[in-house]
Amino acid sequence: MTRTLRALLGACAVGALSTAAMAETTITVATVNNGDMVRMQGLMDDFYAKHPDIKVEWVTLEENVLRQNVTTDIATGGGQYDVITIGTYEVPIWGRQGWLVSLNDLPAEYDVDDLLPAIRGGLTVDGNLYAAPFYGESSMVMYRTDLMEAAGLTMPDAPTWADIEKAAAAMTDKSKEQYGICLRGKAGWGENMAFLTAMSNSFGARWFDENWMPQFDQPEWKATLDFYLNLMNNYGPPGASNNGFNENLTLFQQGKCGMWIDATVAASFVTNPNDSSVADKVGFALAPDNGLGKRANWLWAWSLAIPSSSDAQDAAKTFINWATNKDYLALVASKEGWANVPPGTRTSLYENPEYAKVPFAKMTLDSINAADPNNPTVKPVPYVGVQFVAIPEFQGIGTTVGEIFSAALAGQKTADQALAEAQAAVLEEMKASGYIQ
Amino acid sequence: MARAHSTRRKVVTTIAAWGVALTIFFPVLWMILTSFKTEASAVAMPPQFLSADWTLENYATVWARSDYPRFFWNSVVIAVGSTLLGLAVAIPAAWAMAFVPGRRTRDLLMWMLSTKMMPAVAVMIPLYLLFLRFGLLDTRIGLVLVLMLMNLPIIVWMLYTYFKEIPGEILEAARMDGASLWNEIVYVLTPMALPGIASTMLLNIILAWNEAFWTIVLTTTKAAPLSAFIASFSAPQGLFYAKLSAASAMAILPILIMGWFSQKQLVRGLTFGAVK
Amino acid sequence: MSTRSSRLAARGMVAPSVVLLLIWMVIPLSMTLYYSFRLYRLLSPDRTGWVGFNNYLWFFNAPEFWQALFNTLALVGGVLLVTVTLGVLIALLIDQPVKGQSFLRILVIAPFFVMPPVAASIWENLFMHPQNGLFAALARGFGMQPILFLEQYPMWSIIGIVSWEWLPFATLILLTALQSLSSEQLEAAEMDGAGAFARFRYIILPHLTRAITVVILIQTIFLLGIFGEIFTTTQGGPGSASTTLPYMIFKQAIAAKDIGRAAAGGIIAVILANIVAYFLMRGLGRNLDA
Repeated sequence: MTRTLRALLGACAVGALSTAAMAETTITVATVNNGDMVRMQGLMDDFYAKHPDIKVEWVTLEENVLRQNVTTDIATGGGQYDVITIGTYEVPIWGRQGWLVSLNDLPAEYDVDDLLPAIRGGLTVDGNLYAAPFYGESSMVMYRTDLMEAAGLTMPDAPTWADIEKAAAAMTDKSKEQYGICLRGKAGWGENMAFLTAMSNSFGARWFDENWMPQFDQPEWKATLDFYLNLMNNYGPPGASNNGFNENLTLFQQGKCGMWIDATVAASFVTNPNDSSVADKVGFALAPDNGLGKRANWLWAWSLAIPSSSDAQDAAKTFINWATNKDYLALVASKEGWANVPPGTRTSLYENPEYAKVPFAKMTLDSINAADPNNPTVKPVPYVGVQFVAIPEFQGIGTTVGEIFSAALAGQKTADQALAEAQAAVLEEMKASGYIQ
Repeated sequence: MARAHSTRRKVVTTIAAWGVALTIFFPVLWMILTSFKTEASAVAMPPQFLSADWTLENYATVWARSDYPRFFWNSVVIAVGSTLLGLAVAIPAAWAMAFVPGRRTRDLLMWMLSTKMMPAVAVMIPLYLLFLRFGLLDTRIGLVLVLMLMNLPIIVWMLYTYFKEIPGEILEAARMDGASLWNEIVYVLTPMALPGIASTMLLNIILAWNEAFWTIVLTTTKAAPLSAFIASFSAPQGLFYAKLSAASAMAILPILIMGWFSQKQLVRGLTFGAVK
Repeated sequence: MSTRSSRLAARGMVAPSVVLLLIWMVIPLSMTLYYSFRLYRLLSPDRTGWVGFNNYLWFFNAPEFWQALFNTLALVGGVLLVTVTLGVLIALLIDQPVKGQSFLRILVIAPFFVMPPVAASIWENLFMHPQNGLFAALARGFGMQPILFLEQYPMWSIIGIVSWEWLPFATLILLTALQSLSSEQLEAAEMDGAGAFARFRYIILPHLTRAITVVILIQTIFLLGIFGEIFTTTQGGPGSASTTLPYMIFKQAIAAKDIGRAAAGGIIAVILANIVAYFLMRGLGRNLDA
């Protein structure tokens, strides 16, 4: 009797163990509400078919809110997320803090050597890959081929800023609400400052010299800001100081912009006939330069990383491998077409003859390859990052300077006043943060 | 003559009242209309009224893209839970303040209101750390507590003013008749206080439903209410006006419907002791 | 009637509320006070320490501080002015017996049910947008240039949006008060030959004083902390044209991740709120007693 009971108990225990082994691991994935991420959520059947033991809970938020929540979580060791979506700015800083799990042990099928070198470099700290790129982007010129033709102009594949100004002047017709150029004006380190910092590189400007002295009092920044303000005041849409990526995208899709210099990822939106009224009239060119050897294009990769505070790191790695390897690209291509594949992460994608047919494929690759986070501008700098400075303080100072420049665009201050204010604000902050003694 | 005058006056008043009401309501109406347009139609210039491409697609997309029922249910639990808990704490307090007032009753009320003056952003990290410490992050009970505490002063004040309207003589009469405290509460006080309690409840459900800071900061998935649902549809890439409008409509419609059904109660009830 | 025992019972009944609110006030406040004297940046956890009044000094020295302070008061004052004035007028209007009165009242209170972020994004995207907004379309319909609301008049725009959100609340309370006004008194005044304005000035307005006081008090408490609408629409700009004190704190907490400064800003905001509350109570407090 006792023996039977014991056997029964034992069986129960084994049963309990095996159910425990079979039990689902739930991982929480935090992501931005960008098109490619939303598409991934629609393809989860494939993941569940391959990994029935992992359940994925999504937290999809607008970029600013997501960044706020994820940063709070990781800096306080909250452990609420198992996979987070972060960018090239956060990865080196957080990786260095020990807040992220190294992804060097992803399985061989992940083929880490297939990643585009510029992108991979931006996500690696001291030989550790801290995040897997989901999609990579640079920036480039998108322009209206029909308007250029009507103006009797052709856009070079690698235009200069003078070319851009000339084209903007020719395409502007304010009576028809048609503006030669749309650029970011909304304040924010990831909004107008991403554009302006990348632009300033092509003018030879830099945020800091080798001793972390802010450089807004230098002629290169003056030239950058003057050119930008002149371009926007003469040929830009009214109210541009409130336009960010998304506002400009809408304007361009409605046919109100002759040119738009922004993220390469926008190419698939402006050429999508469902949303864009100008889908078949868009041409692409590299971001402009000024003959100084640097172009005004940035480098960014939305990437998946695992916080050290996660308690389901293995399942999280499994998920990241699924979401960012070559099979996923093929899966998207088979379901939604090659144009909708997350771009800018893998060499093999650009070697694929099918993908080469996508109109913006080559220009995207060339733009990404033209960016160098370690040598972003003409003169040497002490920081990493093309359109940002990879130090923790940058979000704060970038936003402050962004506000000042946005006010200049709104006509509240002159370029000189704006630059003087920016210089003073950044200098004070760098002193307070101990970069300058 | 006088009658013609008053008829004309009535017509003018009616037109004016409806004009004002429709103007105030128009933004909500326009949002709802936009939610039924295609994205292209939503941003078309000049704005399209009748010629728009009407569609239900936005609702389908929003529904498919996120687990609306879960967000909705969390909103219900948090709004109703925090309100009921708040009432449970506040009713005795308000009762005591109204019927056994001390010299400092008004000061006490003002002090309670003053606890609402701390800006939420300033205490964001401290509160987040506390929640982390006590394992309350992303739990509905955590949000119920926070929203209850946030609105408690308002609840106490509203109830206090209602209870004060109840004439003390009635209670004394009941006591003379030998009613026990229990009977006094059940048969005399409750019927008289019920309308006040009801409108307090309504107002606080609305306030809790619309809270959009703590509900986003302190949640991730399990406890996230409709404010987080909205945050997943604002400003993504590409045209989003119609989808955002659809999501917004889905977020405010439940509370709007509740408000409409209880409109009379609300109109009658929001006195805060303002009526004298 | 209030014997010692009943007073004791009353204290026992008030106690839970007081204790809860005391905890709710003391703990975050003391933590905030503590952090306000510390160097604590979320993203540089290795650099910490006491910094004295540096965080406070940073606020006072920030170029936008005084503007933010002014904007905060302008927002509160502006919204109060609009909601109370319009609230009285609308309450008078919808107190009249008109056809479909109850449905009409539903329309008037509808904005109160709209979540603030939703309200802000409706106004920003569907109305004030310089290219796609309804106002721009109207302006063009009249052959004018669209007004750049968020760029040229950011504070006015935000005051407008917030007023729209709070108008129903003010209207509701004032309407409730109006309904308790005895019609005989008004009719008697009319018989005596008092004009509409005189009736309003000498009978209705005094009757509403208490209700107006309540509206001002409650709204001030809520309005002093507003930043969500600013975040959604202008993000405090252009420049710092629409930055308020809570938004400044928000920027330190969220963008710069500087918890020490945000805490110092919070303490400054509490002090400001108490100053405002003091003057409010001195100016209006007696209206409440009566």
